[in-house]
Amino acid sequence: MIESAPAIWLTLRLALVTTLILFVIGTPLAWWLATTRSRARPVIEAVTALPLVLPPTVIGFYLLILFNPGTPLGGAWVSLTGDTLAFSFAGLVIASVIYSLPFMVQPLQTAFERVGRDHLEAAASLGAGPLDAFRSVVAPLSLRGFVTAGVLSFIHTVGEFGVVLMVGGNIPGRTRVVSIALYDHVETLDYDAAHALALGLIAVSLAVLTAVFLINRRYPAHAG
Amino acid sequence: MAAINLSGMRPFLPIRLGLLVLALTLLAAAPAAAETVRVAVAANFTRPAEALSEAFTAASGHEAILTTGSTGLLYAQIVHGAPFDVFLAADQVRPARLVGEGHAVAGSARTYAIGRLALWEPQAGEGDPLERLRSGRYRRLALANPELAPYGAAARQVLARLGLEDAAAGRLVFGENIAQAHAFAATGNADLGLVALAQLAGNEAGGRFTIIPAAWHDPIRQDAVLLARGADNAAARAWLDFLASPGARDILESFGYGVPE
Repeated sequence: MIESAPAIWLTLRLALVTTLILFVIGTPLAWWLATTRSRARPVIEAVTALPLVLPPTVIGFYLLILFNPGTPLGGAWVSLTGDTLAFSFAGLVIASVIYSLPFMVQPLQTAFERVGRDHLEAAASLGAGPLDAFRSVVAPLSLRGFVTAGVLSFIHTVGEFGVVLMVGGNIPGRTRVVSIALYDHVETLDYDAAHALALGLIAVSLAVLTAVFLINRRYPAHAG
Repeated sequence: MAAINLSGMRPFLPIRLGLLVLALTLLAAAPAAAETVRVAVAANFTRPAEALSEAFTAASGHEAILTTGSTGLLYAQIVHGAPFDVFLAADQVRPARLVGEGHAVAGSARTYAIGRLALWEPQAGEGDPLERLRSGRYRRLALANPELAPYGAAARQVLARLGLEDAAAGRLVFGENIAQAHAFAATGNADLGLVALAQLAGNEAGGRFTIIPAAWHDPIRQDAVLLARGADNAAARAWLDFLASPGARDILESFGYGVPE
């Protein structure tokens, strides 16, 4: 287990950073999806859900093409940092944000839709601006959605394999996350180490998911 | 239009059915020797295996059904009862283990192909790729994971032989297998790659490559083994014999593999 420590630490950091970024990106996106009457909505919803459908290694392959130093994004990154976006922590974060996006957006969107227009109109009639209304009415009422979305994004990033496998380059301490270390153990027939890591992964995931369901039960959607 | 055709055909249906049954009976009875062999193939050998399979059917009348996957994955599947008759691994370790564990026929493991390494520069610069590796004028060198893949272990030996282990250490990126190492270079994220010659042979990948002398690393031997469930399958034995035939050796060489002496 000691030898797995760098992989575990890296995985936790990756999952945490990814989840925080997803909160920033996912909240306005989910809010827009929950409230808009735009005709583009089904299309945007579908695009958001795409990572659920595409095989992770396919997403990873296209990210590799996107990260190529010859592309605008990849080139800008190289001139900024002197390093390629592929095989870097930043590259893993971008990949994970894309891959876990639906796990953030969908629970949030559901939660926002449940709040309903009545609450918002009430807030507006009391003189609250849209941001104020969101902060003081929507956010508290959607607490459960935020917890669910955050935990699902975190756990989904921890368990991510195919995308990281393609984008990461398996560099110890840098891009070798738990799921890849686990795969390496299986491939080298080191089943004992594989079982230990897999058990750990399952135990943590079960504990966290159980906690989420417990919280959801204690704080029902319309607690406010 | 369709309705007319359909009603027109209806009277003939029993006759057609009868003919079909007759044909099937003949097919089943006549070439009594034609059998099917299920072959588990290491993923990096997919294209040559397909070419071999065609030549095999033409030569023997048997049919080979190929399933591809990583050597480690196929090994695990075979141990757990996957219905394969022959295993074409990308190394010698897994076939030997299968024999040791009783999942494969003792004495049946033999080398069918010897992998060759090439140093690939997907976007050709000036001069020889090997010179570029020596001089350090590159950002990333992609190779297969030496712990997992024989090509990776060989690549590490090449670096050691060139005295470049330390110089390259911070710039190596590891594919889980040789296909991924190739993808890293092909997408331009690594500017050099120690990949399989077979991936570049007959491939319009572009750039420039140098074939690494075979003496610079231990031979990358890929072994085939007759699995326990294929022990009584004539097609399985025919497939293994075919792999060592001159026709098969020509195919192997055309795909950039060495053949056993």
